[in-house]
Amino acid sequence: MVQEQTAGPTKGVLRRGLPVVWGYVRLQPITYAISLTGATLYAGAVVLTTRVLGTVTNDVLTPAFSPTGITADQARGAGVALLLLGVLRGLSILLRRYLAALTTFRTQARLRRRVTGHYLDVPLRFHRDHPTGELLAHADADVLAATEVLNPLPFSVGVVVLVVFAVASLAMVDPILMGIALLLFPSLALINRFYLARIEVPVREVQERVGDVSALAHESFDGALVVKTLGLADHEVARMGEAADRLREARVRVGRVRGFFEPAIDALPNVGQVVLLLVGAWRVSTGELTTGDLVQAVALFGVLAFPMRVMGFFLQEMPRAVVAADRLQAVLRRGTAADDDAAGRPPVAPIAFSELPAGPLDVRVRDVRFSFDGVTPVLDGVSFDIPAGSVVALVGATGGGKSTICDLLVGLIAPDSGAIDVGGVDIGRVEPLVLRDAVSLVFQETFLFADSLEMNIGLDADQSGAGDALVVAATMAQAHPFVEELPDGYQTVVGERGVTLSGGQRQRIALARALARTPRVLVLDDATSAVDPVVEADILSALRSGSTTTTLVVAHRLSTILMADTVVFLEGGTVQGTGRHNDLLDIPGYARIVHAYDEASP
Amino acid sequence: MTIESETIVEDNPAGAFAVLRRGLGATPELRRGVGFTVAMALVGAMGRVVIPVLVQQIVDRGLRGPEGFRPGFVVGACAAAVVAVLLVAVLSRATYLRLVDAAETMLRNLRVRAFAHVHRMAVADHNETRRGVLTARVTSDIETIARFAQWGAVAWIVNSVVIVVTVLVLAVYSWQIALVAVVIYAPMFPLMRSVQRRQLVAYDAVRSRVSDTLSVISETVMGAAVIRAYGLADHQRARVDAAIERQYRAESRAARFFASAFSMGDIFGGAALGATVAVGAWWGPEWGLDVGKLIACVFLVSLILQPIAELGEILDQTQTAIAGWRKVLDLLDTPIDVEEPGQATATALGTGPVEVVADAVSFAYRNGPLVLREVSVHLPAGANVAVVGETGSGKTTFVKLLCRLADPTSGVVRLDGVDLRDVPSHARSAAVRMVPQDGFLFASSIRENVRLGRLAATDLEIDEAFTSLGLDGWVQRLTDGLNTEVGERGDALSVGERQLVALVRAQLADPGLLILDEATSSVDPDTERALAGALHRLAEGRTTVSVAHRLSTAEQADTVLVFDRGRIVERGTHTELVALGGRYADLHRSWVGNTRRQNGG
Repeated sequence: MVQEQTAGPTKGVLRRGLPVVWGYVRLQPITYAISLTGATLYAGAVVLTTRVLGTVTNDVLTPAFSPTGITADQARGAGVALLLLGVLRGLSILLRRYLAALTTFRTQARLRRRVTGHYLDVPLRFHRDHPTGELLAHADADVLAATEVLNPLPFSVGVVVLVVFAVASLAMVDPILMGIALLLFPSLALINRFYLARIEVPVREVQERVGDVSALAHESFDGALVVKTLGLADHEVARMGEAADRLREARVRVGRVRGFFEPAIDALPNVGQVVLLLVGAWRVSTGELTTGDLVQAVALFGVLAFPMRVMGFFLQEMPRAVVAADRLQAVLRRGTAADDDAAGRPPVAPIAFSELPAGPLDVRVRDVRFSFDGVTPVLDGVSFDIPAGSVVALVGATGGGKSTICDLLVGLIAPDSGAIDVGGVDIGRVEPLVLRDAVSLVFQETFLFADSLEMNIGLDADQSGAGDALVVAATMAQAHPFVEELPDGYQTVVGERGVTLSGGQRQRIALARALARTPRVLVLDDATSAVDPVVEADILSALRSGSTTTTLVVAHRLSTILMADTVVFLEGGTVQGTGRHNDLLDIPGYARIVHAYDEASP
Repeated sequence: MTIESETIVEDNPAGAFAVLRRGLGATPELRRGVGFTVAMALVGAMGRVVIPVLVQQIVDRGLRGPEGFRPGFVVGACAAAVVAVLLVAVLSRATYLRLVDAAETMLRNLRVRAFAHVHRMAVADHNETRRGVLTARVTSDIETIARFAQWGAVAWIVNSVVIVVTVLVLAVYSWQIALVAVVIYAPMFPLMRSVQRRQLVAYDAVRSRVSDTLSVISETVMGAAVIRAYGLADHQRARVDAAIERQYRAESRAARFFASAFSMGDIFGGAALGATVAVGAWWGPEWGLDVGKLIACVFLVSLILQPIAELGEILDQTQTAIAGWRKVLDLLDTPIDVEEPGQATATALGTGPVEVVADAVSFAYRNGPLVLREVSVHLPAGANVAVVGETGSGKTTFVKLLCRLADPTSGVVRLDGVDLRDVPSHARSAAVRMVPQDGFLFASSIRENVRLGRLAATDLEIDEAFTSLGLDGWVQRLTDGLNTEVGERGDALSVGERQLVALVRAQLADPGLLILDEATSSVDPDTERALAGALHRLAEGRTTVSVAHRLSTAEQADTVLVFDRGRIVERGTHTELVALGGRYADLHRSWVGNTRRQNGG
């Protein structure tokens, strides 16, 4: 991604940048327009101030030191005029800055909503393909980088207006002085251009180094417990020290470029002023110019120095904005229907959805094939049935595709070929929301929201009578007893600002979440692995007793296998055996696995 | 939610300056060479007054002097001015480079210190959700300071010096006008400070909202599967939108302050200019001013405005940076629960199996309830101990105290008779090793991950460690042997395989006390067998304490400790405890009942 940018570093920064900026500005036209009005007003007030200063020099200051003198009204009038112009400048700044900031923040909020909304809309495959850190960076750092250029933009536009006003004002005073201005301003622009060219590469390197430091911190803190138990803190600090050193060096390199151009950009208007004074003094001596005119021109050149710097600031933000905006565009495109075609998935066409029959549902997996990379098959023609209301245990080696089957059953991923029928209907033809109500998956890795337990279990559940259903589900999942003991019960908030639950407790909450939906098909993907065997047994018998729920359970304990009506043994991407536990023991692979379970927890 | 920002204000009544003082105290690098830097900034400031002085000289001596127009003088003065301007540019460059270097060095050190501090904090502070906040301290918070250091810090020094120098030159022309300027500009500073303080509060609120937004977004990403499987997309979207909206509100509030802070500059500037012109024109002749001098004064008075306005411009950046800086400093002030012993008390441990004594050990996480109550136990050197109990019984906390992941709230843990608190960290990690449930791996090869067990280990020693645990067969099955990359967090390996790597790490370290938190999650049979064999060999000749989730572990142990509600309620061998008919017997009954009863084989 970064490599693409190296060709023609500055060329086109503006050309690529302005459409980006324009795209954002279009989202908030009114606030931005007000902000621009403020900027224009400011430019007018600044030029007017220098003109008033010139007039005051001729009509008030010079006579004041002549024998004729001036009246008190003249002195007061000059003072009040300059004061009022100051107030006007101040108010125009208020207008510009407040609304520019508002626009920027609004645009950022909008982009963040879009990016996060996209994360919610895309299929799960997208998330499996992108590391968490990368996706977070898009929603945070990239959104900031892409829009930070909006803040100085109104002022930059104001600067352009200011230059036009200034040149016009000088033209009225003296064409030769205007000529000097026309030499000076393009040179400033030229220097800014060189500045941009030189700074882009080091700035990008800084960004990369920042990324390195951030990745290192993420990893190291993720593994904090290991770092502690291995006494690796010093080793980790040394690693961070190196990464921080490289970042520091990159930053100092940027500083060196800046340290060259900044003073030059500062000095140029001053040199211009000296030239102005030299030429101006000669013009005054020949009577073609008044002292006031000269004062006005010098003041104008001085006033322009600061805005020119901000202009540079704006241009400097531009490359970052372009790179970040490109990244955002790319991520917003990825994972969409068009992108899925490339991944070999059938295009999403409008489907006539079929209804699911009432009552217990059976599940039929028919010759399902699936591969993550399109090369190595994970499932290579898997077929098995789960009769309505029965419990089927899925047994197989780690990495053998058990979780993949679970994901397929709830429609998180779609098979490459073959089909899965629930209640006689292909799940591809069941409306997603209907399928979600009917089939619940409890994951191997528990995920809880930083919210109350109640919300975690009953998320989006129908509110009427939800309380009772909640307790029933939690009781079945063996979560009720420990929840009752928490000070806030079901209102207890978990996560960052709340309590930390143990792995087993979290799994029981996740199970309650599934049960609260009273699913007709329940898929447990090793969902009780962190629960004590005793508690697990209680959970499974609660599930069995008097329930018509069709259940598929990925089993790793013999006790679980023994509770199932049927065992499906998966090996080498296909089903190697289906039947009762004792019948399957003849299959060597199965016996080996189950024997190992027996050893582990006899 | 606002509570958080309010407490911050209460705790730090002095606001920005207090942070600055604390920050300077914490980072001596920043103070080094400041004198020289300020001196160079002073010369740089001289450059800014070149033009007003030149105007005065040309008007009073080049144009309107007794000799009228003097072209020679004008040319000479202009040439001198150009030289001065260029000289100043060169000096500014030197100053800037110096400042950048000092600031970056300080940031680098601050970052590394904060990072080191996080690793020294208690395990309780390292829960999944706090982790994001901690990462932000070392990354984004320091980045806000860095961004400030590149612009704002330089601007603060240069502009302050420019203001002082300009006022001094103004005083040389006319002390009366200098006084007028100072009197008019003076109220700006208290006014700016009051805006600054409210802005600081507003920015703290913004930063809290930003981290809330990030939490919800990361939930969206990490919970992607759950959200899809349960059809929670709309619910989550509402949460995200609400967080983003709250952040936007906080940001617009902060925007009000920084918009007004900057506009103040021009209003005061207008007042100062107006007053200078009016006062100078009316009383100037009496005070002995000339036209040129008064014009120079007008320029100088306007010159003060620029740096003040620039200070206003960087004020918001300064606020963000100060808020970030304070968070980093607060992190550094977070007490470390496990303080390493000083030179005087540090006691090393010998090699060989370790004797473990817990003497009336109680423990509570922070202000939470007691998790362990007066636990006393003596484990002879070389013992093989299994710790069992239900979830929340305190068994895991107990073993954590044995490797000093935390210190007891009261009571003492002694290894070979030495208070564990007196054992320095390197000696502790050499003598005590814990293999946690989830063997977190770093994104490198298996070999490099094992080497973390003992950094000085050679490749040969690593190979031998695998062999000694009987894992050669397992290694051979890996695609790339020990050079196989394990991926982010070790995700390319299964849970069981990660534990294997963790065991080899422990073997490499050769500890006298081995603490095992058995994995409860499923492991495939081949790996399971490899694990069981490796564990058996690893345990030989060491004191072993295992949090047992497998009955076989408890059966084979010399001693079983049964935990319940923070106490050891039973202790003895498996057979004794089963015969006792107490809690362990119950546990065993249901255990066996659920696993063996129906076992046909």
